[in-house]
Amino acid sequence: MATEAAVSIELEERIRPRKPLWRKLASLAYHHPLGAIGVFILIVMLICAVFSSLVSPYDPYQVAHSTAQIKQAPSLSHPFGTDRLGRDVLSRTIWGARISMFIGAVAVIFGSTFGTFFGVLSGYFGKLIDSLIQRCIDVLLAIPALVLLLAIISVTSDPNSAVHKFFHNYTPIPEGTWLGMPEFLKLFVMCLGISVAVAVGTARVVRGAVLSLKENVYIEAARAMGASDRRIMMRHILPNVLALVVVLSTIFLPLAILAEAAISFLGLGVPQPTASWGADLTGNNQNDAINHAIWWPVFFPGLALSLTVLAFNMIGDSIRDISDPRLRGGGGGGGGGSSTGF
Amino acid sequence: MREFILRRCLLLVPIIVGVSFLTFLIFRVIPGDAAVLICQFQCTPETLHDIRHSIGLDQPFYEQYYNWLKGVVQGDFGTSAQTHLPVTTELQRRYPNTLELLVLSLLFSLVLGIAPGILSAVRPGTIIDFLVRLISVFWLSIPSFYLAILIITFGAEWFGWSPPNFATGKTAGLFSDPATNLETFVFPALVLSVGSAAVIMRLTRSSMLEVMRNDFIRTAYSKGLRERAVVWRHALKNAMIPVATIIGLQIGGLIGGALLVESVFSINGIGNYLVVGIETRDLPVVQSLVLIFALAYVLINLIVDVSYAWLDPRIRYA
Repeated sequence: MATEAAVSIELEERIRPRKPLWRKLASLAYHHPLGAIGVFILIVMLICAVFSSLVSPYDPYQVAHSTAQIKQAPSLSHPFGTDRLGRDVLSRTIWGARISMFIGAVAVIFGSTFGTFFGVLSGYFGKLIDSLIQRCIDVLLAIPALVLLLAIISVTSDPNSAVHKFFHNYTPIPEGTWLGMPEFLKLFVMCLGISVAVAVGTARVVRGAVLSLKENVYIEAARAMGASDRRIMMRHILPNVLALVVVLSTIFLPLAILAEAAISFLGLGVPQPTASWGADLTGNNQNDAINHAIWWPVFFPGLALSLTVLAFNMIGDSIRDISDPRLRGGGGGGGGGSSTGF
Repeated sequence: MREFILRRCLLLVPIIVGVSFLTFLIFRVIPGDAAVLICQFQCTPETLHDIRHSIGLDQPFYEQYYNWLKGVVQGDFGTSAQTHLPVTTELQRRYPNTLELLVLSLLFSLVLGIAPGILSAVRPGTIIDFLVRLISVFWLSIPSFYLAILIITFGAEWFGWSPPNFATGKTAGLFSDPATNLETFVFPALVLSVGSAAVIMRLTRSSMLEVMRNDFIRTAYSKGLRERAVVWRHALKNAMIPVATIIGLQIGGLIGGALLVESVFSINGIGNYLVVGIETRDLPVVQSLVLIFALAYVLINLIVDVSYAWLDPRIRYA
């Protein structure tokens, strides 16, 4: 007893006074500069997304009345120039952040929820349920991600499709503009399409984690005490996979944002006048850029998209670096990463 | 080895059946009535009935599936609802372009990915390592379709050059005029490869770092081997195993990316065909193309898996 007491006193003396939070953050940022830059970019993008109406200098849908105001090169009054209809590109880029962030966030929230649900069920029950769910996932994974997304969206985006009609008739989701996003219902259906792809990826990984989790002694103990399957899953397994799900969703978020951009880029996603990064890269803007050297209506939305994805990747790298010191080669950088070819 | 291949092939059967069923289900059942889409505005009940009969919509569900599958197995993918030409004819015209694009970009991503990855892992913490990692993060983040537009726009503005493409008819076949043909395909392939090159680069680096820490590497160094011999003969072989698996997955990404890149560079490939098919709501085309892409992806992954087991005997017997 005496020795134990002595050790604890000695330890207490060695404990340095706690650093204030900002000092800790500053030192973290110093050691992981790329991660810090990523966080900074992301904060800027989030401010643009949430406070679009306050930050943007003009109305993104305001068409110019005189031909002198169209296709203006970047200048002081229009830092990113104006497009073929005289709309301010800076404002459109800022409002595009809202669409991208919203679609990314909603797709990932729905996707991880359903993915976790099916992953836990599949891993916990095993046997018939497991092989049923896993074979479905096998089939969905056998189709290249973007092709699968296009197939889903070509079917659901039609206003006559069952999915569209269901949300129109049975949910209060508005058909028109909501939160500054025109044709909201169409956007929402698109989110659901992307979330299917997210769910498939999540379910596979979560199942793997649950398979090893359920071998733990505390699960057996809970069962011995008469806990129901539902209770074991909700109280003992779910809290343990949540951290994994959060990490997965930070990986899927930039992919979901890219997916929205890619689909809108192909002209199959966000309907036309809507300020979306992907949609602004296509159609007449693309034609203007390629054939008439009017590069700014395309350049800036694409830059914003790339920067957002870059920010997520840099943050992801730093987190991986902090958690896995083996990859450390002198700060920054890291493991495999994922690409869907967008 | 034979048993391993056989087992992998058998595992594919339910997946292929599932994929065909899923594509059939998505496009026949969920969107309502394909006949309405075909006749569009001049729909009288009689024409609707005729169209239904001609595309077999009045048959029971399982019979429709059976007939479609029978056609697919015989190489008959139906006729396009827009052009009324057989899908197979169009496919035969277009597949060489997509194949060339995919093969070239796979080649680029291997070359651009593996070499810098090794370099960065062999000299961790140096300026080369830092640059490689920085480049890989940038490459991973830039969407291929954005890069494609930038290249075309600024290539034309600064150098007065744009890649010859199918829209202007200035391109040529691979064998009749290789130079012009490559001029058409090099940039699309390069743009497409950037993302997967970054993934391969990062994986090569981390896998190489892992291997370089092993005892047998230290042994190789301590028996006096030159670094080149250690890296090439001892480390690389082991480090390439995880890289080999990710190549299969990357091909899925490349197929998806081909849709985007083909549409920017106006390459008459299968990806462009799918995009146009979706835009015009040409269901027979979309349905067959989704199936073809999925089949191609599954088969490529099978080949990668088999070659992977051949490279590393430990997997075969596991």
